[in-house]
Amino acid sequence: MLLNQFLLLSAMLFCIGVYGVLARKNGVLVLMSIELILNAVNINLVAFGALTDDVGGEVFALFTIAVAAAEVGIGLAIVLLIYRNRRSIDLSEIDLMKG
Amino acid sequence: MSLLAALSADADLYVAQNVFFAVIAAAMIFSAVRVVTTGNVVHAALWLVVVLAGVAAQFILLGSEFVAVTQVLVYIGAVVVLFLFGVMLTRASLGDDESVGDEKRGMAAVVGVLLFAVMAIALIDSFEDGRLVIENPQSVNAVSDAIFSQYIVAFEAVSVLLLAALIGAIVVARKD
Repeated sequence: MLLNQFLLLSAMLFCIGVYGVLARKNGVLVLMSIELILNAVNINLVAFGALTDDVGGEVFALFTIAVAAAEVGIGLAIVLLIYRNRRSIDLSEIDLMKG
Repeated sequence: MSLLAALSADADLYVAQNVFFAVIAAAMIFSAVRVVTTGNVVHAALWLVVVLAGVAAQFILLGSEFVAVTQVLVYIGAVVVLFLFGVMLTRASLGDDESVGDEKRGMAAVVGVLLFAVMAIALIDSFEDGRLVIENPQSVNAVSDAIFSQYIVAFEAVSVLLLAALIGAIVVARKD
């Protein structure tokens, strides 16, 4: 197998995730798009680990999975708090810190 | 194009793997596009399950069985359930997410396509001759040895991060 087929698939997933982060307004859907981006990173890590025959790629993919789980927990807690305070999770309405 | 030539030369060696890769990759990209375009939040979470399972399948193709199992356990088992809870608790948005303006969607699509073009050119240019020869899968022994010797500091840091994040999530979401 070529390395590039995995890298291009990962780049495709990453760009779809970036599109989702930019185009979505719903907070939960933005978090899902971030998951797509993190999974693209994991494919890259494991593919390079397989290329160099080193376990470091897999180990860091596992770390990324743990960090992604923490990120989803915190992110959903924040979305929940926003919903409780404003009865809406429309991210374009959240402009409290706009100057 | 040299990538296609390399791909066809490679196809003789790993026929089954390449067929599986193509099928899974097509399903993943279709599902990922559905995740970011569907109007229904619950459907988006279910399409996300297909993408995550496809990523696990790619890990198996790359010979990383432990990461694939962890992917299924943590992502499909826990993260998607967490998303569904998030959708349930913020049920006001269960309907459609069609409020995004067309110009914002268009700009996001332009950004995505340009980013992919840049990354694809760079990748094809840099890793043209990168070739994966997966003789035998990485053993779980090797992974655990590496985690608990070479990467022990990072492992402990991730443990503390996870604990802090979970306590922080409880503190943030708690009703006072």
